[in-house]
Order: sequence, then structure tokens, then C-alpha cells
Amino acid sequence: MKSIIQFIKKEFLQFKRDPKMFALMLIAPVVQLTLLGYAANLDVKLVRTIVYDQDRSATSRDFIERFTSSGYFKIEQYVSSYDKITEVIDKGDAILALVIPNDFEKNIYSRRTATVQALLNGSDGNTAGIVAGYSLNIVSDYSQNIILNFLNRSGQKLSSVPIISPEIRVWYNPELKTRNFMVPGIVGLLLSIITLILTSLAVVKEKEIGTMEQLIVTPLKPYQIIIGKLVPFVVLSFAAITIIIAAMWFIFGIPVKGELWFLFLSSLFYILSTLGLGLFVSTISKTQQQAMMISIFAVMMPMIFLSGFAFPIENMPKSIQLISYIVPLRYFNEIIRGVIIKGLGISDLWFNALLLLLMGIVILFFSSLRFKRRLE
Amino acid sequence: MFKRTFAIVKKEVRQLKRDIRLLAVIFSFPVLLLIMFGYAVNFDVKNIKISIYDMDKSESSRDFINSLNSSEYFDIVDFIHSSSDVNIHLDQKIAKCIVVIPSDFSKKINSNRNTSIQYLIDGVDANTASIIKNYMFAATTKFNQKINSEILVRKGFKEYIPLSLETQFWFNPDLKTTRYLIPGLIAMILIVTAVITVALSFVREKEKGTMEQLNVSSLKSIELILGKTLPFIVIALVNAGLILLAGYIFFGVEVKGSYLLLLLTTLIFLTASTSLGIFISVLSDSQQVAFSAATFVSLLPSFILSGFVFPIDSMPVIIQVITYLTPAKYFIEILRAIILRGVGVSAFWDQIIYLLIFTMALIILASMIGKRKAESV
Repeated sequence: MKSIIQFIKKEFLQFKRDPKMFALMLIAPVVQLTLLGYAANLDVKLVRTIVYDQDRSATSRDFIERFTSSGYFKIEQYVSSYDKITEVIDKGDAILALVIPNDFEKNIYSRRTATVQALLNGSDGNTAGIVAGYSLNIVSDYSQNIILNFLNRSGQKLSSVPIISPEIRVWYNPELKTRNFMVPGIVGLLLSIITLILTSLAVVKEKEIGTMEQLIVTPLKPYQIIIGKLVPFVVLSFAAITIIIAAMWFIFGIPVKGELWFLFLSSLFYILSTLGLGLFVSTISKTQQQAMMISIFAVMMPMIFLSGFAFPIENMPKSIQLISYIVPLRYFNEIIRGVIIKGLGISDLWFNALLLLLMGIVILFFSSLRFKRRLE
Repeated sequence: MFKRTFAIVKKEVRQLKRDIRLLAVIFSFPVLLLIMFGYAVNFDVKNIKISIYDMDKSESSRDFINSLNSSEYFDIVDFIHSSSDVNIHLDQKIAKCIVVIPSDFSKKINSNRNTSIQYLIDGVDANTASIIKNYMFAATTKFNQKINSEILVRKGFKEYIPLSLETQFWFNPDLKTTRYLIPGLIAMILIVTAVITVALSFVREKEKGTMEQLNVSSLKSIELILGKTLPFIVIALVNAGLILLAGYIFFGVEVKGSYLLLLLTTLIFLTASTSLGIFISVLSDSQQVAFSAATFVSLLPSFILSGFVFPIDSMPVIIQVITYLTPAKYFIEILRAIILRGVGVSAFWDQIIYLLIFTMALIILASMIGKRKAESV
């Protein structure tokens, strides 16, 4: 026991001697969280729109006004030819081009269907889909109005057709800000990256410098070396996650609605798997360069893309969904978001926490075994 | 000059050849990742899980439920019978949206009074939630129109839709988000490979002390830099080709524009990435620092700040300014222009200029800092 403590002390000493590393570990996450938290945003507002109004009538102007007053569209310019539309959309300067035909008003007055064209730059399918939805809502609203006017004028009472209105209530995140979804996700991501980099490199570094052999010839047993190497990282990771959660609270005003202790407990479980993965990477790499490439490509990128951090897992094909089950961050993300956004706690998320603990133990166990064999 | 540069290139290549593991990672992973992530990255929202709380249980309410059921967008997972189930369904993610039909739904419709349908949407993933919101809006309007026109017809009016919207999606008619995201994936994989390999290969020499040996040799620093980076640029270029090929085979992403332009711009982007790698290597003394710095400036920013996933338009202005420091941002715009829209250089020449300025600035900064460091030693 005493020797482990000595060893842990030595590890901390090493950290202290490398102030750049220390700074990177504790400051970079906050900077990253701030930058990325503000940037990670899928909210579609102020759609850049151009209008080709062939009709130039009072009705068409009224119709365009509906778009601007909805608050979602910003009309960049009025154009007067299809060529110009092609040019602007090709350049990427507008997402939506509205084309109002020259018989727009005439058709409406004579009770025929007027067709408005919405030309969208579909390259960003997500945004384009949402914009198309907004436009359709405005058009149906307008259409409904025309019918009501018509009925009014024809002497029928307004209420002679029922209107079914959708009453939409959004839970957990009423303003529909993607930020509230992304920032907690970034917390998990940063925690993973820090722990992974640290462990995978720390061990390989000793190998490369040749101090590993010195460690091996000490009376320390392999498990003592592993514990001694990992404990400082667990401590540092806790410091990091506390700082990150505090930053989330102060900078973005996103409080932890649920059980904070449960969040920390799950973080501990989660760190077990990332440390284990880091240790594993270190056992299969000879140089730090290899360790880095492997941890980025084989561990971090899958974490980013397959954990449901930005891309909903439900949208993925079944086979990819299966792969995502072995990504520990997937479960940690559910916990972070559940606790922070939904205000849930252990009674709802115990299963995820249990899975994390199991994964952590299994990963750590096998990488320690491998590591031990390497040492011997 | 060429001879000496070439000598360094040869040395680097020899070192790389000895490191089979690294080469294997560099060459196999990007393609593998593209295939895996290409399927994973999409925002196509379909089969939304909904639960129905039908308090009315009338013909009209069943009619409406059927219209939801027949759409490919919705999957009815459950019918619930009490308001307490609503909480459970949303908390435990059994459903993303709960449709509540009030008990007087059909009564009101039949007596020509206004009514409403309530939608409770899980807003945690705000993007998906807005899409669901739009779908629900559209579904309600459609049902409304159907009922209205039935009534109108009954009253002897002609069925009539005053306004219709004809929507055309350019460049990506079936609105697949995958096609839009693949250029971003390419840029991200390339920049990560280039920045990390270059930064580390320099710092490694520093750590091992062989950098001094190179410094005291008759090599000029430009020769050293060129010699050390060229092999990595070639590797990254080959990688880019492989990734494009995989994109074509697996996702049908065809290059609509000119291949020559693509090659040239990729080369410029790789130069920018390597200069970022050099910059990091000048700043850091250990590989650990270099790596942390490299992930923090290349991995996450190219994912989040580059417009790869999150539209730059929606970011706050300050962050928009910062995105100008992300070379991936420019390259993604270029790639999307060439690959998806097939437009010529006139649509993105400004991006090329930015990339060049970025490269120059970094190289000048790096050489200034490097010089000062060398003098202070």
C-alpha cells in the first residue's frame, strides 16, 4: 500500500513538472466547452431567402409579408429571372428561392389554385427539410385564411367550418434550443478525450523513454503499477468534470436539474472504461505516434459519431445501431442528458449506470491483463 | 536544394516503412471510418415513435390516427389510457411524441366548432423535435383540409384548395443528409491525419534529441520542413483518393465538378493542415502536449466549428469570427461546391484565398516563434 502511495506521489510530481500539460488539461476543456457550446447549434432561424415575384400584386406582397413576419425568413434580395436564382443558389448565398407566378392574384380571385414554387438548396438536407416545413406551414395558413374569407364573403358564418389547431407543447426544452442538447453532450465528449489521451500517452511515454524498464525492476507488482498510474488520472478527471459542469452552469446557464451525486457516480463508472481503453491502446502501440493515431481513429471518432452525441442513434441503420451498443459514451450521454436536461436520477437511469460499471470493469480488467503480460 | 530535400524525404519514408503499425492505421482507418460513419451520420428523421392518447375514441379520431399510421414518418408504438402514462413514455424514451386527442374532439367537429389536438414532444434533441413539430403541423393541416373540403362539398361548394406549394430541392432531391455530411467527414479525416502525423514527427525528433543533429547539419530549415512534410502530404493525398472512392462505392457520392480542381484544392488544404501541424510542433516540447494541442485544434473544431454538422449561420457572431481560424471550414465549402453542386472555381475562389492566407500566416508565425525559441536556448 505504502509503495503505491509513493508511486502515485511520483506521478503527481511528474504532472507538476509539465505545466503546459496541466494547463491543457484543465483550461482547454473550458475554452472548448465555451466555443463548441456556442457553435454546436442546429437551430434554423433567419433563412436567407430570395424572392422572384412575377405577379407584383397586392396579394403577392401580402403573401411575402407572411414569410418575413414569421420571423424565420430574411429576404436578401428580389430577383427578376430564374438565371439569377440559379446563380445565387449555386453560390450558396440563399437557401430558399420563392417564385410567385404572374397569375397568382388572378387565380386566387377567381377561385383557382395558385401554385407557388419553393426552390431550396437541398445540400444541407436537414436545414432544407426544416425550411420546407416552415414554408408549408405558412402556405397552409394563408390558404386557410383565403377559404375563411371566401366563406365570409359568401354569407356563411366564420364558424361554419371547424378548425383543428395543433397545440404543440415541447417538454424538457421548451424553447427548442439545440444548445441545451449539445452542451451536455460536449461535457461527456471532453471528459472522454482528456482521460483517453492522458492514459494512452502516459504509459507509452515511459516505454519510449525507457523508464518503463526501471519501473519493472522495482519491487512494485504490476497491479500496483496500474493502480498507481490510474489513480492520478481519476483524480484529475474528477477535477476536470467538476470544472466543466461548473462552466456549463455559469456560461450557458444550463443547470443540473437531476441528481448531481448520481452524475458524479456515473462519471466515475464511465472513466473506468475510458481509462481502460487508454491503457489498452498503450499496450498495442510502441510509439506515442501510434498511440495517438489509434486513440483518435479507433476510439475518439467512434465516440463522436456513434454515441448519439449529434446524430440520433435511432436514425442509423440497424447494423450501425448494433455497433453503437459497445460505445460506452452512448450510455454516459443518456445519463448526462437525462440528469441535466430531464432532471432524472438513479431510479430512471440505473440500468445505464450499471452497464457503464460493467463495461468499465471488463475493459479495465482485460487491458490490465494485457498490460501485465507486457510487463512480465 | 532538391537533392538535400529529397534526402530528408528518403529518410522519412524509410522511418515510416519501419512503422508498419502506424501505416496500417493511417491507411485502413480513414476508409473504414468513412464507411461506418457515412451510414451513421444523418439527420433523416423517419419512423418517429409516437404514442396515442385517444380520449375521444370516435370515428373522427380513428380517422386521424389512421392518417398518422399510414405515413412513413410515424410509428405508433403504444396507445395509452391515462395522463400519468404520458410522463413515463417521455421520461423513458418509449415515444418521442405523444398525441393527445381531447374527449370532445368529434363532438366539436360535428357541431362545426373549433378544436385542437395536443402534441407533447420530447424536446431534448431540439433538432429532431423541430422536425417532428413540422410534421405534426403538416399532418394536422392536412386532416383539417380534408374535413373542411368534406363540409364544403356537403354544402354544395366546389372542392377548392386556394394555394399549393411546389417544393423543389436542388442538388439533393431526396434530402439525404448523408451526402451533405460526407465532404465534412473527408475534411475531418484528412486534417486530423495531416496535423497529427506532422506535429508528432517533428516533436518526436525534438524529444529524442535528433532535432539538434538536423539543425546543425547544413540543411536549410525550408528543406527540412519540405522534406519532412512531403511524405505525409502524399500519404494524405492517397488517403483522400481512397476516401472518395469509398464514398462513391458505398454512398453513391459522385464528384460532379472537375477532378483537377479537386486535386489542386485538396493539395492546398493539406498544405494548410501541415502548416498547422508545424505550428503546433514549434509550440510543444513533448509529444503529449503536441497531441493534446493537435486534438484540441483539429479534431473538435473541424467537427463543430467548420460547418460540417452545425450551420455557421446559426452561430453567434463572435463564434462565426473564430470559425475563420478553422481551415476545414474553407475546404468543406470547396468540397461541397465541387462534389455536390459541381460548380466551377468562380463560386469558391475566395475560400482558396482564405486557405492560402491561413497557411502563410501560420508559417510566418511558426518561424518567428521558432527563431525566438532557438535564440533563447
